[in-house]
Amino acid sequence: MEVTEAVAIDHGLKKEEFSKICELLKRTPNLTELAIFSAMWNEHCSYKSSRKHLKKMHTKGKQVIQGPGENAGVIDIGDDDAIVFKIESHNHPSFIEPYQGAATGVGGIMRDVFTMGARPIANLNSIHFGSPQHKKTRNLLRGVVKGIGGYGNCIGVPTIAGQTTFDESYNGNILVNAMTIGLVNKNKIFYSKAAGLDKPVIYVGSKTGRDGIHGASMASATFDDKIEEKKPTVQVGDPFTEKLLLEACLELMADNSIIAIQDMGAAGLTSSSVEMASKGNLGIELNLSEVPCREEKMTPYEIMLSESQERMLIVLEKGKEKHAKKIFDKWNLDFAVIGKTTNSKKIELIFDNKKVAEIPIDLLAENAPIYDRPWKKTKLPQKLKFDKDEFKSLKLSDCLKKILSNSNISDKKWIWDQYDHTVMGDTIQKPGGDAGVVRVHGTNKAIAASVDSSALYCFSHPLTGGKQIVCEAYRNLISVGAKPIAITNCLNFGNPEKEKNMGEFVECVEGITEASKYLDFPVVSGNVSFYNETKDKGIKPTPTIGGVGLISDYQQMLTMDFKTEGNLVYVIGKTDGHLDQSIFARELLNEKKGPPPTVNLFNEKNIGETVLDLSRKNLIVSCHDVSLGGILTAVSKMCIKGKKGITINSLKGLTNKYEYFFGEDQARYIIEIPKASLKIVNEILDKYSVHFDELGTVNEQSIEYKNDINLPIEELADAHKYWLKKYMDS
Amino acid sequence: MRSSVIIFPGSNCDRDMDVALKKFGFKNQMVWHNDQSIPKSDLIVLPGGFSYGDYLRCGSIASKSKIIKSVIDFANSGGLVLGICNGFQILTETGLLNGILQQNKFLNFICSNVYVKVKDKQNKYFKYLKKDVLELHIAHNEGNYFCSDDELKSLEDNNQIAVTYCGEDGTENEITNPNGAIKNIAGIFNKNKNVLGMMPHPERMIDKYLSGEDGSLFFKNILDNFK
Repeated sequence: MEVTEAVAIDHGLKKEEFSKICELLKRTPNLTELAIFSAMWNEHCSYKSSRKHLKKMHTKGKQVIQGPGENAGVIDIGDDDAIVFKIESHNHPSFIEPYQGAATGVGGIMRDVFTMGARPIANLNSIHFGSPQHKKTRNLLRGVVKGIGGYGNCIGVPTIAGQTTFDESYNGNILVNAMTIGLVNKNKIFYSKAAGLDKPVIYVGSKTGRDGIHGASMASATFDDKIEEKKPTVQVGDPFTEKLLLEACLELMADNSIIAIQDMGAAGLTSSSVEMASKGNLGIELNLSEVPCREEKMTPYEIMLSESQERMLIVLEKGKEKHAKKIFDKWNLDFAVIGKTTNSKKIELIFDNKKVAEIPIDLLAENAPIYDRPWKKTKLPQKLKFDKDEFKSLKLSDCLKKILSNSNISDKKWIWDQYDHTVMGDTIQKPGGDAGVVRVHGTNKAIAASVDSSALYCFSHPLTGGKQIVCEAYRNLISVGAKPIAITNCLNFGNPEKEKNMGEFVECVEGITEASKYLDFPVVSGNVSFYNETKDKGIKPTPTIGGVGLISDYQQMLTMDFKTEGNLVYVIGKTDGHLDQSIFARELLNEKKGPPPTVNLFNEKNIGETVLDLSRKNLIVSCHDVSLGGILTAVSKMCIKGKKGITINSLKGLTNKYEYFFGEDQARYIIEIPKASLKIVNEILDKYSVHFDELGTVNEQSIEYKNDINLPIEELADAHKYWLKKYMDS
Repeated sequence: MRSSVIIFPGSNCDRDMDVALKKFGFKNQMVWHNDQSIPKSDLIVLPGGFSYGDYLRCGSIASKSKIIKSVIDFANSGGLVLGICNGFQILTETGLLNGILQQNKFLNFICSNVYVKVKDKQNKYFKYLKKDVLELHIAHNEGNYFCSDDELKSLEDNNQIAVTYCGEDGTENEITNPNGAIKNIAGIFNKNKNVLGMMPHPERMIDKYLSGEDGSLFFKNILDNFK
């Protein structure tokens, strides 16, 4: 086939990009070369629209061993232990084929983590669907949950936490973000940087098939009516092979045979080989006739673009081939020497003894286009003036029940019951809490992790929204007694070629950066997913933050369930009653305008450190942060989980009870204090100059507030627990 | 007491089982599926997981693996063989245990705490166990036990039903049956009661920070029976 501009455009390249390729190469590329360019220059692999802004992120810190740019970020947690983690999107494939899309998303992120020598110890996910009324939602949710479970359960890594939301902006573009955390000895971390000349390049894992060809290009474009035609671009996962690959790689990593290792993810063999060579400032020669293929007569073009799963590329020390092959033979996996490192600084491909492609590496990596796309600032919306007389017709207890059964607040047990969350025998906080917690096997340490996003806040005002999610992750970790250490982010946005969407991206990143700097909560890994758009309708900006924290003695972990009758309950942090953008405004007043709650980073840090201090001194017995739905929602969840109730005090100087109970002001926690600790807790709160309200006292079985609320916990639990199950069964 | 845990490709509860056995004082060894023989053992455990990917029928390929002949010989000579989850599925595929494990009634994977009632204590696994109801943990997609009427009658007549799903108070009914298993069966013995297969995972319930501690009772009891 002759390569023309039209062919280049079919490969997702822009007209100008094609002329630039011809200019850089000083000739027209052949079809295979064009495919390689298209794979490396697309948004998904090149970060061409986002790179300029991502550079500003706060990525350094005392505990950071590896920041963004590798397969995953690495954090030091003491005693030679390190934690490797990353979150990644698999949005486009999951919408086309929910089971395989979600499954391979989980498989891909786990490979990123064990590529670095770490054994995965926990999975998390953040999944977002269209309105519950939309005809596709139920099946997409079912498929995605089955896919995530099908892959993670088979590998035997517990899924310990997650987030699920529904919003009509995801009707045509669901989001599936998967995160994996791994544990590694900090002196045995493996990187993707190749080194040394004439070193053998090894292919291991599954055979290469025709699945997933153009997957990365598909993920770099918006959807139209013809998405069904894109099904062949979705990869098919085989978790059993991945489990074997995991064990085989870790076995080989036990000695010093590996120089560099990279999994074949998006853009398969192309991006893995180019990245390894580029990082090592080397060339690479591959003999494609040696690549183990699943199907007959595969062409170099197909081999280079295939996104078949469960494959790795390794640069090995010379002479270690036999030793390595023995390990992969034991695990029944393909092993082939397919090339070598060279000093040409080019990628050279041989097929049937003929050279079929030759491209200088720097043209694919450093010289890939970078765009400074125009973007528009989002103005802070005017604060709404609610007609408070209108509230009076609303009964507090009815409001509460309605909020607790809201699709975005209600219990997600139907989902996480389908994920194995206890395998590996170290899960000490299961899904459904503020964060999942797993012990660091054989030590007193534990790792806490949560995933969060706040698309409504980010849509209303991206800068505030960006800050808010980082704070939310921070609070979730503190609520389980963990010291927040680092984050990974998955930035899901619409079409960056539109000024509004690009602006949302830029300002969310700015917000994330500001908060993570202030809280010393660096970003160590992540990914960007643009073009979440169908027929011109984009999603609400949905940056997802995966937060990771450390508990140095797991016996100090906190949970949110109320423990003992008679204990006192405080709200830490000040409540102004911000109702704009709240669930209350949306669900009960049908009001969607207004600004998100203000984020005060000083308060976040000070109050967070106060709560952490209280938990380290064993002065509080339960803790939960106040977020969506405000104080009354938070306290109800603590009651439901603990099968206890609360008698709420008549609060002094309360201007409006609706604002107080349902406002979504930030930087707040609810804590449960045994009477014996009360005096010292008060002293500590005083020392940190932290505002607090004495909310009430834990009772046996109902929520009581003056004459307004008297609800047995069982009734609340019914409202909260069964919405999703009923929805899925209907 | 010496134990061996067999690792099949795709096993994923092998380490958890190793940790649990050692915690309670077993001298445990790991045995690879391609090995010819099993070291001298008092107990052989087939752990949970997805042996060979479970791509055919769960446990079916493992039941034809190289090591399995030694397991069968060991069982037939009276040795204790314990199969948990996928291990139970493998034991039914080998024919050491009757019946089959079908997909869960509601077609979903279930990961959850459950209560099980110990139905028979005249065996080396449950003899001397003080409690009648244990809180254990299940995590499976194919745990819906089924067998023919004749097989069921024979299981009942010989007291081969080991544990059944129940409520906290021991009630056995449809509500306390998580996966649709016939007669709420969660685990069964062979005729000699030296082979036990069960879906619940005692190895995930071995300290108070995990889902619970009743798994500890199970392991301690096996050891006590050997003293």
